[in-house]
Formats: sequence, structure tokens, C-alpha cells
Amino acid sequence: MSDETASHVRYIDKTRAYYQAEGYAKSYEWAHFDDIPFTPFASVGRALSRCRVGVVTTAEMARRDAEAGSDDTRRLVYSLPTDLPVEQLYSKKASYDRYATSLDDVDCYLPLTHLHSFIAAGRIGAVAPRFQAIYSEYNQHKTLIVDAPEILKQMREDRVDVAVLAAV
Amino acid sequence: MSLAARHLEANGIPTVLFGCARDIVEYCAVPRFVFSDFPLGNPTGKPYDLDMQRAVLSLGLDLLVSASAPGTTVVTPYEWSADHSWKDEVFSKAQPFLDPEATRTWLERKEKYRAVKRTRTI
Repeated sequence: MSDETASHVRYIDKTRAYYQAEGYAKSYEWAHFDDIPFTPFASVGRALSRCRVGVVTTAEMARRDAEAGSDDTRRLVYSLPTDLPVEQLYSKKASYDRYATSLDDVDCYLPLTHLHSFIAAGRIGAVAPRFQAIYSEYNQHKTLIVDAPEILKQMREDRVDVAVLAAV
Repeated sequence: MSLAARHLEANGIPTVLFGCARDIVEYCAVPRFVFSDFPLGNPTGKPYDLDMQRAVLSLGLDLLVSASAPGTTVVTPYEWSADHSWKDEVFSKAQPFLDPEATRTWLERKEKYRAVKRTRTI
């Protein structure tokens, strides 16, 4: 095992090197902040076993039983019901490590099966009636002023207490 | 996704983010992060390993409740494989991250974004 593989992959360095080799002069500027917002769980005011959990994924989910429509060129946040069996869902995402893995098992990036089992076990109170799908965007400004506020809006409508986010 | 987590958190919703790109997520800085040292595509566990998926999600729920400060990362105790060679060729000429069609789509989108940025509109 090389030093590099002994620890996690440095994607920022790798992508910079990759695109420089492809002839791009300017590297992508990854989002970076010095401050981190924080809402302590205690502020929710109830036990996790009584909390409603919101779910977000970047996996570009689609329903198997829906007619294939044209892709949304605006790439806006959308939602689908959380009570769909995962067998009825699939991911349309192209950007993942297609050499090492697949996106065939939905619960690897949208853990609905296990959230429902945690409800049955009394670990969480409920899952929000819909989950949100957000695109991974080159344009951080759009994520900040369009996508993230839309997710917040939907979660407030659904009276979500805490949120689980899975980044493919 | 990290930006969305930060926005929810800033507006009163505790979050936990699951991911496999540790450097990107920690560079952005999120409140709570569960890191799996897996290929991109498996933030909540290995395909068809239900016990692992359940355990990874459980770690995240524990972190939601227990974190006392922002910027907390929990590393899952799993290896993708005993052989770590899957890391060697990530983002290399031998293994382009996107297939040709997805690359074309990405470049078109990027160019569109640049055009939008030039006019300073969304």
C-alpha cells in the first residue's frame, strides 16, 4: 500500500492535477468557510425517538414507474415520497466512482429502508413524507441562494426536526 | 451538499452529512460529518450490506444527538476492501471520472455557468 492509499483520497488535489493536465489554467475553487453553523440537538426539545427526520441526497433519484421526461435544465431541487419502496427508485447520477462501485443499491445513498426500520424499532419518530434531491452544482451561488433555501422551505412545511444528508 | 447542510443548520435544523470525500466536506466545514473511506457513491454503506448500512446510519444518528461542537467528523470503522488499490487511479487518465457523454454535459453546463456569471445573473 502506498502512502497515498493508506489514507483517504485527496479529491481536491486530484481534481486540480487532473484538470491542469487537461489544459485548464484555473482550478475550481471549492467552497470554504472558517465558521461553522451549529444547532445543538438539545434545541429540538424532544428525544430522537420522537423526532421527524428529513432526508436529502445528491443521487438524482427517479421513479422506475414514471415516464422518462426531459431533464430539468435548471437543475432545481425536487422531492419524491419517502414511502416508496426503494425497489421503485433508481439513481441517474453520472458522477461517482464507476470503476469501483455501482449505484444499484439505493440504500447506499438514500437510506430509506433503514430509516423505516428505525421507526419500527422506536429509534426515530418518523421520516418526513418526502425526501429532497439536490444536484451537485458547479455554481455554488445557486446552491446557496436557490437550492438550500428550497430544501429548508420544504423541511419546514414538513415539520422536520433533524436532517440526514447523503452526498454521493 | 455541504452548503445545504450549513444552511439548514444555520436555520435551526440539526444535520448530519454522510460522505466519502473527506477533504472536500471538511474544507467546506459542516456541523456533523460521517466519513466512510469508500469510493464515491457509497455514503451510507456498501451495496447490499444491510448490516453495515444500518450501522453507518446509526453512527450518524448517534452523532446528531451527541455532538457538542460544530465540525465533528466520525470515521466509520469499515474498509472498502483489504486492497486499497481502488484509490490509485481515481481522477487519472486511466480512469476518467466521467464517461464521454457525462463529460460533454458537464462542460456544457460549466460554460453556461460562466456565461451566466459574466452577466451577473442566476
